[in-house]
Amino acid sequence: MQTEFTPLLSFFGGAVIGLAAVLLMATNGKIAGVSGIIAQLLPPGWNKIDFPPALAFVIGLILAIPLYQWFTGNLPETTMVAEHWLLPVAGLITGFGAALGNGCTSGHGVCGISRLSARSLVATGTFMVTAFITVYLLRHVIGGTA
Amino acid sequence: MNSLAALLVGLIFGTGLIISGMVNPAKVQNFLDVFGHWDPSLAFVMIGAIAVTLPGYKVLKNRQKPLFDVSFSWPTRTDLDGRLIGGAAIFGIGWGLGGLCPGPALTVLSAGGLGIILFVAAMLVGVIVARNL
Repeated sequence: MQTEFTPLLSFFGGAVIGLAAVLLMATNGKIAGVSGIIAQLLPPGWNKIDFPPALAFVIGLILAIPLYQWFTGNLPETTMVAEHWLLPVAGLITGFGAALGNGCTSGHGVCGISRLSARSLVATGTFMVTAFITVYLLRHVIGGTA
Repeated sequence: MNSLAALLVGLIFGTGLIISGMVNPAKVQNFLDVFGHWDPSLAFVMIGAIAVTLPGYKVLKNRQKPLFDVSFSWPTRTDLDGRLIGGAAIFGIGWGLGGLCPGPALTVLSAGGLGIILFVAAMLVGVIVARNL
């Protein structure tokens, strides 16, 4: 399935994500890494101090689509690409890898690169390469879903 | 105050994910499909996010403390270990398979559907397993 090339909207949306990252550091002194924030809600990472703001952040993420719909009257496109049997497999791998590597697209890709962290540059390069290879295999070697 | 700030920041973050198209797994997977229906939009998300975060962090690095906490929690590690690289490699496979990274996955929860619930539930299990290793 084709999707429209949206450089301006994507750049602007990215800037809004960046604004959120800067605001979280300016207010709470925290990196806006979603997998790290999720880890603060689950054992063994949870603790009394970090739990409430981590939960509030996640609630904010979840409320974003209802709020967007309320303001604009539209639902954003959220077209699932994986079959129902594959989604929990993908979710497990995504969560496991992000937690093991201490970050995902937000923590390493946005916040880490903005700090010019070598760890985050290496992590981002690595997950981009394996993601490109995975989609190549999925769509052009195994085939079918494209 | 910390939780109120986090709630608002979460809302802003999620709104950015919506505007940018990151909440659309089809768009994410097309970004990763260079030899197929390539949609380079997500490169612009990254550029836009870093264009704001990099100078923003630079300003904050010169400050003593954040508004609602005693100190900044800047990451301090600099070592490149197997967990970092292996974890990132595994994460990329999951991201490619589902077209969802953790932030968009949580945001898409409210759009409903069994698929995203299955994805997020499994993702939380994955986080718990990795953090207990």
